Amino acid sequence: MNRESSSEIKPVVNESGIEIKPVYTPEDIAASGGSKRIGMPGEFPFTRGIHRSMYRKQPWTMRQYAGFGTPEETNGRFRYLIDNGQTGLNVAFDLPTQVGLDSDDPMSEGEVGRVGMAVDTLKDFEIAFEGIDLDKITVSLTINGAAPALIAMYFAMAEKRGYDVARLRGTAQNDILKEFIGRGTWVFPVEPSIKLVGDTILYCAENAPLYSPVSVCGYHIRESGANPVEEMAYAFCIAKAYIDHVLARGMAIDDFASRLSFNFDIFGNLFEQVAKFRAARRLWATILKEKYHAADPRSMWMRMIAGGGGAGLTVEQPQNNIVRGAYYALVSALSGTQTMALCCYDEAYTIPSEAAARISLRTMQILMEETGLCDTVDPLAGSYYVETLTNQMEERIRAVMAEVDAQGGIVKAIIEGRIQDAVSRQALDRVRKLERGETRRVGMNCYRTEEDEERPIEFHPFKEEVAAEQIARLDRTRAERDHDAVRRALDRMHADADKERNVMPAVVEAVKQYASVGELTKCLVEVYGRYQEPVYL
Amino acid sequence: MVVDRKIRVLVAKPGLDGHDVGAKVVARSLKEAGFDVTYTGLRKSPEEIVRRAQDLDVDVIGLSLLSGSHLSFCRRLRALRKEHGLRDVLLLVGGVIPEKDRQALKDLGVDGIFPAGTPLDCVAEFIRTNVS
Repeated sequence: MNRESSSEIKPVVNESGIEIKPVYTPEDIAASGGSKRIGMPGEFPFTRGIHRSMYRKQPWTMRQYAGFGTPEETNGRFRYLIDNGQTGLNVAFDLPTQVGLDSDDPMSEGEVGRVGMAVDTLKDFEIAFEGIDLDKITVSLTINGAAPALIAMYFAMAEKRGYDVARLRGTAQNDILKEFIGRGTWVFPVEPSIKLVGDTILYCAENAPLYSPVSVCGYHIRESGANPVEEMAYAFCIAKAYIDHVLARGMAIDDFASRLSFNFDIFGNLFEQVAKFRAARRLWATILKEKYHAADPRSMWMRMIAGGGGAGLTVEQPQNNIVRGAYYALVSALSGTQTMALCCYDEAYTIPSEAAARISLRTMQILMEETGLCDTVDPLAGSYYVETLTNQMEERIRAVMAEVDAQGGIVKAIIEGRIQDAVSRQALDRVRKLERGETRRVGMNCYRTEEDEERPIEFHPFKEEVAAEQIARLDRTRAERDHDAVRRALDRMHADADKERNVMPAVVEAVKQYASVGELTKCLVEVYGRYQEPVYL
Repeated sequence: MVVDRKIRVLVAKPGLDGHDVGAKVVARSLKEAGFDVTYTGLRKSPEEIVRRAQDLDVDVIGLSLLSGSHLSFCRRLRALRKEHGLRDVLLLVGGVIPEKDRQALKDLGVDGIFPAGTPLDCVAEFIRTNVS
């Protein structure tokens, strides 16, 4: 048998549609666009990383997504993670909070404190962050539809504890456009939703210049069915929509662009993901420089949290997810991420247990301490394969972005439901490929045994009494607060929304007076209305 | 007179959870399998789902639940089904449904449970077998 016979080698095409050769050479780099734009770490176009020394100077931040039940319980989990060496927090809110409802709203029944921490007023934030030094631990809030209220609460809580908001660091997810594509915690129609994101960017630029008010998420778009190229392309189109909006309101690009950050997904082909991030970093820097004429290099940085990998994990043989998490973390480090978070091995079916959360944390720590990944920057640079793939991925991301623009832009596509439709078609395709075994998933469609059917699974215990506790606290807070001050702040916010002024100063004032998330949202709905979802099938 | 019509399915996303990748995948696959499928979109109350099911005169209601609120939701739905004479409509639940809750769901009137990872064809097959 001739081992070199090419007929034995099956063609391989990665998820982004790029055909992978069995061997790469310098000619492949040259043919895909050359190596001129690789550059040096910390220098434009930042292919190799946004900082010169990367992890030699400071390793990635470890920021597991956490929160459930009452603020007291969540505070306990936060402290546990910090005691175990976690360097950042990433707050999970329950669904009522995420869609702007109070715990006592009839629509909240059965959901209070279930998939995240319940928050009604500033009181809850005071409890959740008690004893946590906000100078040492940066906090990321996974909040979108209700972001203005929750960002305001974070600032109010910090200020009350004596921190200077002007020096406060942290991040809010606050990427509402992706919520219309995946994840679904929208509240207001698309246009006013963008306006509110703009309000937070403008407010932070002026009052909290070190805070990152938006983390644009390719993550959930990919989880919803998009491939890696579309993940980056749609995220960049969304980020551009926010930038265009803020520029139109008169702010200069270098006064806010450096505070925008990104959130991306890792699962699947290792090299495709690494090339995706290197390509995207270069493309984002180029867009900021050439299209937006940014002068400050920081405005050109694609800062990111990368990890997760929810769609790569399986309910079957859940311990395998620990191994997958380790590979995703490896990809994240090889890609020059700023922050890492991993889905826990039990997260495909429940709120992570303490043990599962710790294993995710240890996975990142082992990578950091034992494997030499922090010793040198962008260790895959110069690889014939990775550089070729980086060039090819960049070209494809550009092409998808151009396609979106040619069809009238991302905002129009989202309003019409076209992106949602395309992505959900691909989700079905993804499932079919798994069912047919074309995409292999260990323990799910291969290497499965009979005993897998009787796997012992531990579920996070949900306490029905959380809702009652939360409602009792909300009632007490409402009874004790200064009613006139709350009313005045809400009236001011209503007027500001109505007159298209920035609502954030009034929102901050209202939360300081213990106005609730539900009250704030209702008041804004009066002005903006509610989103009507276009349902496609 | 027997009217030969496609089996009508309402795929619904109850409660506040916005993760509807699975709901849409199932809805699309059922459509491809030849059913007449409507998807409700997000955040539907039990009342809205029942009303929609009546308006569309469906044979099947499929609920997608991932947040863990399946028991409390199906409890609320049971009374409404009785009240509106929808007991003949096949009720299916899919998503993150722990083994320990499955009997309780059946006791609440759920006819079929399809946890995440169920092959899509199984859902179609179950509907064909059980809609008379």
